[in-house]
Amino acid sequence: MQKESLKAVVETLLLSSAEPLSFKQIKSILLTGELKAEDAEIKKAIQDLVKACEQRGVELKELASGYQYQTRESYLSWVSRLWQDKPPRYSRALLETLAIIAYRQPVTRADIESVRGVAVSSSTFRILEERGWIRVQGHKESPGRPALYGTSKAFLDYFGLSSLRELPKLPSPEEISAQHPAFHAVGREERKP
Amino acid sequence: MSEGRLAEPEPTMADRPETPLAVVQGRAFTEQPRDLYIPPRALLINLPLFEGPLDLLLYLIRRNDFDILDLPVAEVADQYMQYIEMMEDMQFEVAAEYLVMSSTLIEIKSRMLLPRPVVGEDGEETEEDARAELVRRLIEYQRFKNAAVHLDKLPRLDRDFIALQVFTDHLELPKPAPEVQFEELLRAFSEVLHNASLYRPHRVLRESLSVSDRITMVLDLLGDNKLLSFYDCFAMHEGRAGAVVTFLALLEMMRSSMIEITQEAHSGTIYLRRIL
Repeated sequence: MQKESLKAVVETLLLSSAEPLSFKQIKSILLTGELKAEDAEIKKAIQDLVKACEQRGVELKELASGYQYQTRESYLSWVSRLWQDKPPRYSRALLETLAIIAYRQPVTRADIESVRGVAVSSSTFRILEERGWIRVQGHKESPGRPALYGTSKAFLDYFGLSSLRELPKLPSPEEISAQHPAFHAVGREERKP
Repeated sequence: MSEGRLAEPEPTMADRPETPLAVVQGRAFTEQPRDLYIPPRALLINLPLFEGPLDLLLYLIRRNDFDILDLPVAEVADQYMQYIEMMEDMQFEVAAEYLVMSSTLIEIKSRMLLPRPVVGEDGEETEEDARAELVRRLIEYQRFKNAAVHLDKLPRLDRDFIALQVFTDHLELPKPAPEVQFEELLRAFSEVLHNASLYRPHRVLRESLSVSDRITMVLDLLGDNKLLSFYDCFAMHEGRAGAVVTFLALLEMMRSSMIEITQEAHSGTIYLRRIL
């Protein structure tokens, strides 16, 4: 098959899929369609498709679970004119809980509660689990064997990330203490690890 | 605790000194009274915005309403008690967390009031522990508060970008007819044999059963390209021998592409269809 059409096939697959398609999925679909292509050729086709989007309002992004065509962020104000409803905002409690899980995983509920100084409401956890952003990764070998939570690929996909390394840097304690003199006054050396 | 906004809780009173903070009985207050950081009513409004005692403390520190190093314990305790009274008809767990924090604050203050024992470096460290631990927790919480703000700013599906999919619902994709596994066919046939075995006809005359005759019979049953259930091909009164001949006839017909065998679903009815 010609290179041109391989690219077109991959493009069509990506556009027709409701979910992100991984390289493996694309390759296996090509195989079942008896389209023999080297890995490098498929990769090149994807790269060409990414490049082809440069001047367009849509882009082909690599997420944790695969490639997906998305609208460009800067054009959202136009797209939103199509919509009546605004997407929901998430509460601070939910975002803080999610942040602790994302940066500190695997964590128990008690770990989250000790950072936030307040009980984590079960509704917060339910929302996070229903959205498929967090999941139980195991159980801590301590009394009660509490569940250890971590984030999922769906979480990364939702925030447009391909891996946890792409998360914004967690502010260091030094950055935080520099923000306010009240923190500063209690010297760093007095902070227990 | 609440579906509060992500932004830091906004002060309910203006910060600027030139504008009066409040007018009480005709008197304008430009400075916050030192003995009361938050008027009880303001606290009531603020309450749902705070995510717990640490959050409230961070808010108070940021507003310079008190310095955690120089804590006016009596007022803090007063304020906390008012707080808890207001929360009486709310969740008690929340109140408990605030109670723990207020007692921690009081503990820190009482430790500071006690004369410092003249001991070595180790002793001094333990004295600082409670306060340092509180500050450590506040910093730790603030780190994740900031991280949550950053997380919220990340471009997000359906808010900042949309996953694209070409509309394909109108496409009518051909549904592949399920293939009949040979095991399925055998299983169906063994069922037929079993059913047939229940009939024990008294055969007086020995009929000769020919496969080619049977093919003609099945073709007659099928008629004009009509579907015929696999089971309907068999005449139970013929017994086992009759069933075997019919099955052989079916296999022969399949082999010579006279009929096609389909099945709606696994373990569903098997149908014969005549190929013209």
